[in-house]
Amino acid sequence: MSHDDSVYDGLLTESEGWAFGTSFEDPLAGVDLTVPDGVDPRELGAYALLLGDDALVLSQRLIEWCSNAPDLEDDIALANIALDLLGQARLLLARAAAADPGLVPVLPVGSPVPPEDALAFFRDDRDFRNVRMVEVPAGDFGETIARLLVFSCHRLALLQELTTSRDQVLAAIAAKGVKEVTYHRDYAARWFVTLAQGTEESRRRVVAGLGAVMAFHDELFEGSEVESAAARHGLGPDPSSLAGPVGAVVDQVLAVAEVERPVVRQVGRAAGAAGREGHHTEAISRMLAEMQVVARAHPQGLW
Amino acid sequence: MSGAALLDAREVAAQVTDPEMPMLTLADLGVLREVDRDGDRVTVTITPTYSGCPAMATMRDDLERALLRAGYAEVTVRVSLSPAWSSDWITEAGREALRAHGLSAPGPVDAPGDGPVALTLLRTRRALTCPRCGSDATALVSEFGATACKAMYRCTDCAEPFEHVKEI
Repeated sequence: MSHDDSVYDGLLTESEGWAFGTSFEDPLAGVDLTVPDGVDPRELGAYALLLGDDALVLSQRLIEWCSNAPDLEDDIALANIALDLLGQARLLLARAAAADPGLVPVLPVGSPVPPEDALAFFRDDRDFRNVRMVEVPAGDFGETIARLLVFSCHRLALLQELTTSRDQVLAAIAAKGVKEVTYHRDYAARWFVTLAQGTEESRRRVVAGLGAVMAFHDELFEGSEVESAAARHGLGPDPSSLAGPVGAVVDQVLAVAEVERPVVRQVGRAAGAAGREGHHTEAISRMLAEMQVVARAHPQGLW
Repeated sequence: MSGAALLDAREVAAQVTDPEMPMLTLADLGVLREVDRDGDRVTVTITPTYSGCPAMATMRDDLERALLRAGYAEVTVRVSLSPAWSSDWITEAGREALRAHGLSAPGPVDAPGDGPVALTLLRTRRALTCPRCGSDATALVSEFGATACKAMYRCTDCAEPFEHVKEI
């Protein structure tokens, strides 16, 4: 490649705000962002935001395995899964920002940070709308696999329903995600069975991990005001309707693994609020501190 | 520059290569969806292979550079999300190029059924041939590889590893 071909050349003329790499393209450039008739743009924005936050936060937890996984193949696998979820999150947060620009944190005048990055890196813990299951620390490999199994069973069922969303953008993001999460779920399910049928120690760990994850199980299906409104307006499924299909797949894996579905006391809600209302565990604050520190140090940075 | 003197915009765009698999043009990979020309202005529409594909920005830059160099005054690159990219869109020429460079090309994608996506607990069975020695004796190492679109395999005859572009 000659010097003339360098993708960095364009940056040299305006290097002042440059931080690292080349600037991102708008992930929805040219996509029709019209809000469907009869839908409040703020409802759509809030709904896309919580869908994006689930993917973003689990992606961050999964990349903590980078260079730490039990072997190279699984290091790469977890990084790939995290990348898919990050890509889904980016599209969903961009969709949220386009539907309701009021969601996006206000940055200093002239900041080149795109809206989806502002949402990811400049919101505080209480403004995140993910379920708490995705934010708790990754734990050991057994717990990571147990969470990925329950999450991807839920995510796949949810994305399948979203392919018929009245919002064409959500439907398109979901149709793409279905193909990706199918691979994630197979990966988690195979590892779950392998660990459960492996040594006494591997079985002990994956069963313990499942117990820890299942303490946040009900929150996935309890719904929130935002999800109820989305269901009423045909944007997405009623969360409680996913419990049956998700349970069926989880039980299928547990049966092959010869693991009983644990009966676990649920981590309660605080004054009726949980992750969807911005009421999180302490863990998300620590996680975000690490995830956001560099971006917040350079609010004028071009990434 | 007069319009007639410009190279065909689609031909220029179609020759831009994928940054991660440079043996494939964007047309061969099936990500080049539309090229619309209006005088010396061109709008190119591409689609990501995977949601998190980090090569999109580079593809956009490469398309812009190639078309500007061909004499077009203004290049706009847009994204199309629907229909979602499928490995079935890799052209026959693209599959040949993959094999010629030691990569295994994807098989046909199963048409999605109406119901829930089925769980596959056993390792995905693919009838592959080693792109190096041609043997059918291959073993899956991992469904995830160095880029989002590839799985890792090894040939149990010649013992060499190789990459397989996944069905999606």
